This record gives sequence, structure tokens and C-alpha cells, in this order.
Amino acid sequence: MATITMNNQQLEVTNEMTILEAAKAHNINIPTLCHYPDLAINSDCRICVVEIEGKRMLPTSCSTPVQDGMVIYTNSPRVLQARKTITELMLSSHDANCTACTRNMRCELQTLSKNLGIDINRFEPTYKDLPIDDNNPSLVRNMNRCIKCGRCVDVCKTVQGVHVLERMGRSNEMMIAPAFNQSLNNLICTYCGQCANVCPVGAIMEKDDTDLVWENLHNPKKRTLVQVAPAVRVAIGESFHSLDDTVPIGKLVSALKHLGFDEVYDTNFTADLTIMEEGNELIYRIQNDDVLPMMTSCCPGWINYVEQHHSDILKHISSCKSPQQMFGALAKNYYKEQENLNKEDIFVVSIMPCTAKKYEAKREEFTDQYDNPDVDVVLTTRELEKMFRQMGVDFDQLDNRDFDEPFGMTSGAAQLFGASGGVMEAALRTVTEVLSGKPLKSLDFSAVRGMDGIKEASFNLKGQEIKVAVSHSLSNAEQLIQGIKDGTSPYTFIEIMACPGGCIGGGGQPYGTDSASRLKRMETTYRVDLEKDIRKSHDNPAIKTLYDNYLQKPLSELSHHLLHTRYYPR
Amino acid sequence: MLEKRILTQRFNKYDGLSIRQYIDLDGFKALEKAFSMSSQQIIEEIKLSQLTGRGGAGFPTYIKMQAMLNETRDKYLVCNADEGEPGHFKDRHLIEKDPYQLIEGMVISAYAVGANKGYIYVRGEYNNAIQQLEKTIKIATTKGYLGNHICDSDFSFELVVRRGAGAYVCGEEFALMESIEGKPGRTRVKPPFPTEKGIFDYPTLINNVETFCNLPTIIEHGGEHYSTIGSNHAKGTKLICLSGNVKHKGLYEVPYGTSINDVISELGGGTANDIPIQMVQIGGACGPIIPPRLLNMDIDNEAFEIFDAKMGAGAIIVIDENYDLFEIVLRNMQFFLHESCGKCAPCREGHIQIVKLLQKFVNYQATHKDYVSLQSLAEVIHTTTLCGLGQTSPTSVISTMTYFKEAYDKRINQQNKE
Repeated sequence: MATITMNNQQLEVTNEMTILEAAKAHNINIPTLCHYPDLAINSDCRICVVEIEGKRMLPTSCSTPVQDGMVIYTNSPRVLQARKTITELMLSSHDANCTACTRNMRCELQTLSKNLGIDINRFEPTYKDLPIDDNNPSLVRNMNRCIKCGRCVDVCKTVQGVHVLERMGRSNEMMIAPAFNQSLNNLICTYCGQCANVCPVGAIMEKDDTDLVWENLHNPKKRTLVQVAPAVRVAIGESFHSLDDTVPIGKLVSALKHLGFDEVYDTNFTADLTIMEEGNELIYRIQNDDVLPMMTSCCPGWINYVEQHHSDILKHISSCKSPQQMFGALAKNYYKEQENLNKEDIFVVSIMPCTAKKYEAKREEFTDQYDNPDVDVVLTTRELEKMFRQMGVDFDQLDNRDFDEPFGMTSGAAQLFGASGGVMEAALRTVTEVLSGKPLKSLDFSAVRGMDGIKEASFNLKGQEIKVAVSHSLSNAEQLIQGIKDGTSPYTFIEIMACPGGCIGGGGQPYGTDSASRLKRMETTYRVDLEKDIRKSHDNPAIKTLYDNYLQKPLSELSHHLLHTRYYPR
Repeated sequence: MLEKRILTQRFNKYDGLSIRQYIDLDGFKALEKAFSMSSQQIIEEIKLSQLTGRGGAGFPTYIKMQAMLNETRDKYLVCNADEGEPGHFKDRHLIEKDPYQLIEGMVISAYAVGANKGYIYVRGEYNNAIQQLEKTIKIATTKGYLGNHICDSDFSFELVVRRGAGAYVCGEEFALMESIEGKPGRTRVKPPFPTEKGIFDYPTLINNVETFCNLPTIIEHGGEHYSTIGSNHAKGTKLICLSGNVKHKGLYEVPYGTSINDVISELGGGTANDIPIQMVQIGGACGPIIPPRLLNMDIDNEAFEIFDAKMGAGAIIVIDENYDLFEIVLRNMQFFLHESCGKCAPCREGHIQIVKLLQKFVNYQATHKDYVSLQSLAEVIHTTTLCGLGQTSPTSVISTMTYFKEAYDKRINQQNKE
């Protein structure tokens, strides 16, 4: 323990703490900007400086460890002057047209400037009119707004191991950019969007497709269908305080109806369908000595990564489309036939926690020969929030409604898709029961739950020991991939999600996603599963009906045609 | 004699290549003595000598070495020969004229701290120095003073030359290490310090060329003897790079405690054409600019604390009355604007604004408000930046605001009248 004096208060703190941590532990607020809970200490913005008695310099509290006897002032005139000056400097190089920015009123730089009481900027503007990088389906980089905090570099490099973003150039012309300042679409960007999620300002954002949705909602020729991913419903409440701690599925359906969607469907339905197809693909691979381990294919960030970096293991990837694309295929084929419509009459929107899903929907494999995509537009959780605000949704005034049929009835297993380990658990519930022919005693596969980077479990399947592994964050996937390449992988089935925590921590989720909010969303996910009457995908009667009336059986010819795909080295 | 030649004693006495001649001039005697001592004994001698780092910060050398000794992992040695600070050329001379002295100093250090690999990071423009080093490292390796089993002992040490690519900031220790690792030269967050987590994350002892060059003489003659040279505050000699408007520009070695005035008038022969000195910048572009009345001060680190600066690596730049103070300061700050790595906000965004403010002074457009902005900006860059570049870059602004305040006032009053 160390005793320090902070703002004339004596505090007992542990020796390992930084000054910032010590202050936080005692409810003393030191403003920060580049600091982010799950990322390394960058110490780039210098906003969190403090004064230490006997020291001429003002060290940053985020990087300076406490020492016994230290006398610290967090708000002396020198400190406040320094913070204000640095903020003014950052504002001078920042396109501060705040009212016309996605992050208006939710911008960390704006908040800091407000809290520091900056009424006037003494310095001349220095930002240049840099071109905006927006020629990819997922992300927009507007470097005129970048304040070079380095969070995106960190998350891209250390959390995802993708290394697309880096600091380039020097002095006031230093910018955060991909190699040689190329556009993201020329690079090995997976479009996971973690950079957009951690950006404190509006410098990296998802590509905004809300206008396109509004247009089609008001096009009388179009039948508008919307699907909502499992991870969206456990997070969007954070953006609307009235929904805190409740899972507003009924109200969410209601709000989507208010936006004007003709049919509000659940991606969980096609998550159940994915389990039927993927589970049976796994059984087929096991029984026919086909390529193992099999790896999941739901996550488009992961698919981009493996196609770009590890095309030699593509045969390990399940041929199943993701739930989003299975939904798209059903909508533009099965639904079309049922409703006697033409493909171009149907407009399919997905609400996803993800920016890579925008890219996925644009893939050639998921578009017909007339350029009609199975999924027309993908919106992130944040874009949906934007639409709700645009129309002034008041959740308190909304009633609860159910998803529409036939794609509305879902199992608890499907909800698990939102959390890391969830696809694995849902698949195990089905595969073990189908193979053993006996009902499971316990449905909880707790070994694959939680926030460990790599989770392993082994199960006895009809006397045969099978091992499975789950990883999230692409940097963690690397180890499992190397095992496959070396031929030492002991696993039969591997689930990989690109984002930390799985889709609940996706790049399209509400701003400020960190380990605490991911954990909360994960808990909610398991609670939703537990509260469901049906908790196994193969028990979902709506899925049974779909097979009986249309697809016939898992891995049927029609299933292969509609629900499976291929991958290509890139 | 004002000069005391210890580090430069062999200059021009041999061609800087012949190891035979170096040995004939008592070279490698210290190394042989060091091999008869324990690590702790060597560090004790350095502690007794009170040797401090010659790169500018003046940190006691033995503390770093002791910290290294306490580490058990693989260790590295790095010699900082980036010498990018304007007005400095001492490291180039040390390398070109007596490279074996540096090699000897590095091997002694490596042996003392238990490092088996070392890098010399040389400024990219120093072609001759780089070639000289590469040749002499090869020769020293053949003769058993580098490589495996040095002087038939159990100790092995490999030395590699790395060439800088022109960035000033790579003279900062962590930026230099990043550069050696093949990354862009941008500093890291401290702590951890290099002795805990340096090159490739291993414990690293990094010293300036001149610091390493002091080791042979300390070991040969003992730390106590060394500590008799110099002033009360600083021991040993200092290489001085004298330049600017003086008659005899060049490299001089003087004991600490010599006054700046003596260096300029006795060694430098005063200003050319006897135009009065207007100001002197000490320590390069990042050093203070002082008026003639302060020139009787001694060269040592303590004395420089009045400028809230260190004395730097030994440059004395004399500027006569033919020059405009503001143009000199502006040029300094334009240099730092160009050389900032861009990592931390006050340095990245601050220098462009300092330059804009100084341009107003140069152009007779500055107001009192600009003066206040300049003052607070210089103070903030100095106190809040991440590495030594920004911490020292505004020194010329801060010192001229202190010692030439009347020039600032005059310039503000002349606003728009010119």
C-alpha cells in the first residue's frame, strides 16, 4: 500500500495503481481522451496531466504509477491551463463543424471541450480538406475529424491482429491511415468496425444507409421486410435510458412497425436454421471422415480475415451461409413464392451489430444475375438508433408486439448466437441430441461461455470423444488457425467470432462498448435463452414446418442451393 | 591551457583504422583491466567517477548500469550516435578519429552489465563514420576484441551498426529503439524504462557515444582519479562543439567548470570582425538562448538549472548582432515543427501554432495577446509532451522571453509601423 495526497486528501492506494486509477478509486475525476478501458495506455492526448509536488513537468496520470508520499493536484491552475491549451490545439486541427456530425452531442472531444469550459480557441485552424475514404460498403474514414488518439490503431493491431491502421507521416501532418494511405477496399481490412466503435469523434463511422431505408419504406411498390440480429436487442436499450436493463424485444418490434416495415422478422429464426444445416454438416463430416475441424461461418469479419490471410484452410469453413444471408435467401425465394411477389418487389433490411455485414450483403454470391441482392440494406445498431431518433420514437409509449410469422418463432439456442460460444453451444445442443437420440440432461455448456480469449471443451458423443474450441477477437483466432496448419489441432469443431465477446461486442454496437458493457450484454443473452420455452433449434416447430413444406430436410438439394455458399482466396 | 584532452588524446595520432597503432597508444589496456574485475567492481568505479550521461540529460551512468545488472534476462547495449541536434559534431569526431575507444568503452559496459549484443545507431548522413565503424568492428572482431571469447575470456559480445534515416527524433532513446526494431521512430510511454524493457522488450543500456568513450579512462585510471577532474557539480571533461560567428569554430575538450566566455574568447578567438555578441545558444536547437552578460557561467549541469534546461550535449552557437532574434527563434521552431513525430497532441499541434505566432513577431504583426498565447503555449509544450523533443523544443522561446523580454516588448510596440 502507498499513501498519497491528492487535492489535499490523504488516500490509501495500492502500489500497482496509476495516478488515474487511484483517482478513479476515490471518485476523483480526471478527464481523459485517448484512454480506453480495454486498450493499452497510449498516453498520446496528454489531457490527463496532473501536477506532482516537486516536479516541474506535468506527467500524464494514465501512465504514471503512484509512489508513497506523492502529493498530487488534479486541478491546479497549471493543470487546467495545460488541459485547455491542449484541447484548443486539438480543436484547431479538427473539423469542428459539430452540428453536422454523426457524433454531435455524443462526441468525446466535444464533451471534453464543454467540461473544460473552452469558450474561445486562441489558435488558428490548421486542418486540411483531406479526401474522405468511403469506397467500401462498410466504413467511412473522414480524417478531417481525426484527433490522432490512436485507439483505432491499437484495436486494429492488438485486439484484432489485422494491422490495417497505422500512424503515417509526422508532425502536424501525421495521420492515421492504412499503408500508403490507400483506401480500405484495397486492403486486408476485415470491416469488423472495431475502429469505428472506439473512435472518440466522428472520424471513422459505418457507412450510413438510413436514407435508402427511409426511401424504400415509403415506396408503395415495395414490400419491406426487416430482420433483427440477436445481439442488437441486448444492446440498443443502452442508447435509450428508458429501456435500461429490460430486453425490449416486444417494444423493438413495435418501434420497427412504427418506422413502417411491413414485416418484422427475427434473425434468430435463421440462426435456428443455421444450426440445423451446420449441425448436420458437422455430423456428415464426422461420419464421412471429411475435413475436420469444421469452423463456423456466421461471422463476416472472420470470413474476410480467413479469405485474406489463410486461404489454405478454406475447406475447414462450414459451407453454411450466415443467418443474415439465410434469411435473405428465404425472403427472396420462399417468401416471394408464398406471397406471389417478384424479387424486386421485396426490400430486405437487416439490423446487425456489425459493419462487416454490410460488406457480406454485397458479396457476389448473395446477389442474383440481375444484381438483386438477397439482403438489400444492412443497418448497424447505431443506425437503427438514429432512425428511431429521426422519427422520435418514445419507447415508454409503445406496446409490446410479437415478431411476424413465419420467421418469428425462435428458440433460446438462437439467441446465444450473439455471444461468443453461443453458436457452439446451440450446435452442441442439437448435434448431441440428434446423434445420441436421447434428450440432454442439461442444456448449459458452460465451458464455452464467458470472456476467455480461447475456450475449450470436450464431450462424449456416442462413445467418441470430441473436442471443441471457441475464440473471439481475431488475434486469438490465430493460435487455433496455426494448429490446423501444423496438423496438431485436436478439435472437431471450432467457433470463431471476429469481435471481442462475439457479436454483442460488434463494431456496429452503441458507442463506448467495453468489457463491462459486453459482460452485461452477455448476461442478458443467457437470461433470454433461459426464459424461452423452446431452447433447442431442432425443437422449433416453425423450423420443422419450413423443412416439411419447403426445404425437405437439412442438406437437401434445395438447402444447398439456398442456404450454403463458397469461399474464395483473396 | 584551457583544454584537457582525455577523450581526444589519440586524435590525429593514428589513422583511426589501425588497431596496432591504437594498442601502441595504450588502447585496450582498460579492457584487459576490466576483465580482471567483477561487474560490481566496474560499476563501483563508475559510481566513484560520478560520470553522467553526455547525451544531454546528464543522468548518472552507474544507476542505469546497476539496474541492468539486476536483470537476469538477455540484455542489449545501444550506443546513441544519432547526433541530430543542430550544432553538434562531437560524436562524429569520436567515431571517425578514435573508433576503437568507443568499441572499448562499449565492450567494458557490456561486460559489466552482462549484455551480449550491442547496436550503434549512427546518424544516416554520417557516411564516413559508418564506414569507419564497420571496418573497425570487423578488425576488432578478427583481433579478438569483439565477437566470441573476447581476449580469451568467457565473455562474448557482438556489435552491429544501424544507420538512421534522417529523423531528428530518433536521437530520443525510445524512438531510436523503435527505429532499430524496424518501426517508425516514435517514442514509447515511460515507465517502463529502457533498463527494464528496451530493445525488443529486453533490458537495454543506452548511452551516448561520449559517455561510452569515458569508460576506458575511468577504468584505466580509477573512478576516484577521474572525479578530481571537473567542477564541484560535474566531473570529467566535456566535448564542446563551438560554432556560429566565431573565428575558430571546432571541437574542443575542456574540463567541466570552464566558463562559456573562456571557450568563446580564448578557444574561439571571439567573433569574426569583432561584431558584438548578441546572444549564444547552448546545447543546440533545443537549448537556451542567453545574453552576453550570462556568459561567465560555468559549463555544468547544475548551472543550467536556472534555464529550466540541461546543458545539452555540448554545442555553443555564437550569434552576433547582425541577426534578428525572432528569425533565429522562428528557425528553431520551424525545425521542431518539421521533426515532431506527431504522436502526442501538444507537440504535434503545438509547433505549427508556435511557428504561426513567431511569424507574427518576425513580420511586426504581433500583439500583446500573441505574446501571452506564445508564452502559455511554450509552457504547455514544455511541461506536457511525451518525450524529450517537445519537453526541450520551446527552450529557445522560453529563454528569450526571459532574457530578451525588452526585444519582445519593442517588437509588439513596433507593430504595423514598419
